[in-house]
Amino acid sequence: MNLRRLLLALAAPVGAFAFSVGLSSLVLLAVGTSPMEAWTEMLSYGTRLETFVETGNRATQLYLAGVAVAIGFRMNLFNIGVEGQYVLAALLAASAGAAVDLPPVLHVALIMAVAMAVGSAFAGVSGYLKVARGVHEVISTIMLNAVALAAVGFLLRTWLLDDTDATLNMKTPEIPPSGHFPKINGLVETFTREIGRGRELWGFLLVAVVVGVLFHVFLNRTRAGYDLRATGLNPFAAEAAGVDPSATVVRAMLLSGAVAGLIGLPEILGDAHKYDLGFTRGLGFAGIAVALVGRNHPGGVAVAAVFFGWLDSAAPILDVVGDTPREIVSILQGVVVLSAVVAYEVVNRVRRAAEARDAASAARQPVAEAAPAGAEEDS
Amino acid sequence: MRSSTVLRWMLAALGVVFALSVVQELARPETTDLVSSGTAESTLRRAVPILLAGLGGIWAERAGVVNIGLEGMMVLGTWFGAWGALEFGPWWGLVIGIAGGATGGLLHAVATVNFGVDHIISGVAVNLIAPALTRFLSGEVFVNRPGGGLTQSPRVESVGSLDVPFLAGGDLFGWTTPDLFGWITDRGWFLASDVAAVLGGITRSISWATLLALILVPASVFILWRTAFGLRVRASGEHPVAADSLGVSVYRMKFAAVVVSGGLAGFGGAFIAIEQTGIYRENQVQGRGFIGLATVIFGNWQPVGAFLGSLLFGFADALQLRDRTAVHALLLLVGVALAALTVRALLRKQTRLALMLTASSVAVLWWYAVTEEVVSELPPITPHVATLLVLVFAAGRLRPPASVGLPYRRGQE
Repeated sequence: MNLRRLLLALAAPVGAFAFSVGLSSLVLLAVGTSPMEAWTEMLSYGTRLETFVETGNRATQLYLAGVAVAIGFRMNLFNIGVEGQYVLAALLAASAGAAVDLPPVLHVALIMAVAMAVGSAFAGVSGYLKVARGVHEVISTIMLNAVALAAVGFLLRTWLLDDTDATLNMKTPEIPPSGHFPKINGLVETFTREIGRGRELWGFLLVAVVVGVLFHVFLNRTRAGYDLRATGLNPFAAEAAGVDPSATVVRAMLLSGAVAGLIGLPEILGDAHKYDLGFTRGLGFAGIAVALVGRNHPGGVAVAAVFFGWLDSAAPILDVVGDTPREIVSILQGVVVLSAVVAYEVVNRVRRAAEARDAASAARQPVAEAAPAGAEEDS
Repeated sequence: MRSSTVLRWMLAALGVVFALSVVQELARPETTDLVSSGTAESTLRRAVPILLAGLGGIWAERAGVVNIGLEGMMVLGTWFGAWGALEFGPWWGLVIGIAGGATGGLLHAVATVNFGVDHIISGVAVNLIAPALTRFLSGEVFVNRPGGGLTQSPRVESVGSLDVPFLAGGDLFGWTTPDLFGWITDRGWFLASDVAAVLGGITRSISWATLLALILVPASVFILWRTAFGLRVRASGEHPVAADSLGVSVYRMKFAAVVVSGGLAGFGGAFIAIEQTGIYRENQVQGRGFIGLATVIFGNWQPVGAFLGSLLFGFADALQLRDRTAVHALLLLVGVALAALTVRALLRKQTRLALMLTASSVAVLWWYAVTEEVVSELPPITPHVATLLVLVFAAGRLRPPASVGLPYRRGQE
């Protein structure tokens, strides 16, 4: 029984992965390049220490994005607005960090607090609109995404612009060194050789790990997390059992937004130390993909984030060697998402059908055994 | 449509032009582009892709399937439209663009209808796949062409346009007819010339593709509300179980509607590439699929409503590009309109509403008085803000299909 459940649970992601690799290989064959060569090239480049460092950095951001989305998903609440929330939060947090001068740890803590507050407040608007006015969160978060990105454009152009910069680069002022997050190259290098090529592993990775642990604890060890899961599984039963649906929606949105606020910080605190036009966009939507593939589970999302992060970090080699376009990796990711959600749905049906069969045969059992009542006493 | 309804719409349109003319007179010489043939023409051209996305949204949602994959389907439309136009000419470009979008719709239909995947999730997946696919295809196809590259195609031809004979001086069997609207516009009469300018703008050099898109509005109304097929599609979106019990093949209806939805979005994308910009460029859809989704709500799930919404949002878009001061002058109109609504609320003794309206009216007029120009980031987000306001303040008047967004499995309640 347990083995079957385990196999079923693994069948979906493995099947989706195999299907996606197969389909991408077919695409490559269709355009006349060798898929085998491309995959081996990616594997050999992707198993180098420097690529792993890149993967770690990318996965840190993807994981935070995935968790932000997953918090909502766990109660069937779609926070499509992670994209707008994290970009706005990063801009305001970077500006706040540059505006003050504090002792090292406090400075970073302040920047993180600002980012979380901004993300939380912005997501909270959608939560409020849902409970107070019945506006579906998908629509409000999509619409507010455009509002957030417009606000970012306006603020960066006017009030938050660093006009001391002569290069006309649109950026906020630099955050002083007390507001930088340390690198953790040393931590890795105690086990491996020295990391080359100027690659640096952002220390924010540890924050992402903490967020993951807290997410797990929140879901499984707190009242609020239980309410959230219960609402996701059966909103009517949860409400009948005393869960306040409005409070749960608002709380989930606020939490989701708070984690979303952190997405941009690995980059800002670890590397750029300012918000400029080179800031990575699109992580909010990538986070949806990561959450879906990882089934909104703290561990699953981590696996998905590392997988997607690795694909992103290993893909550039394709532009250097051979004639496979690196965009095949984006196609692969997209197909993984769609085939994974389809596979989970199919597995779900298979499991439900199996459970129904088991339940049916269990229900028949006593009747069948009750007939030869006398024979029972032997066993 | 009954003639009284037509008359009412014409009066409403006249009222809008009148209000804009008055504002233009008041705001002179700050702006002269609020009502002009150029603005009218530009409004229509920018409204078409939004309209098509909106119609696509209506088709899918009427069948009960939420389609936030419209954005990705439009992206497919832009690429395949441009590619088709390059290979086989602009008309085939439109056809292939529609087919590209419909393929995206097919993917969404298979996932949501056959496999019962959540509509939002599937839509997000389509939005993720589409840009990846087009980037990949550009690298394969456009890179090797002169003027093309990883992010853009060579320039493509448009399908051509028409000047309506007699009204806008079009040719009729080789004879250049008089340009009636142009003549009235040049007289400089108040209102009459402005009306003529607007009408001239939408009858002069109107693209054949625009005409086709406009025909799709009454066509959608007719198919969805006047045919048996349309009734079945809508029944599948209102109450699939009841529809099924009456022998409607709900799966097939939903499937068809979502593929049509993708085709409409693909048309919108192809229109952007072939007619609006004359080139495929990455990210040129710029969230218009989401704006189309906004017009679905704004227009209360009615094709005509979506059309009006797309005109409004196209107008905001056109003004922003043509004349930034005109957007500023528009604040005056909004302020006055809010004041008028205040009076109406007072007459109806809705004190709270009247207070809110007064406050907003004063705020907008004050904004008009103390600024020279509207922040340039603002006009592009009017569709989004307008939709949120409609949802917040007028949600009671909206009537979405009853079972939109709910997964449907045959034989399960």
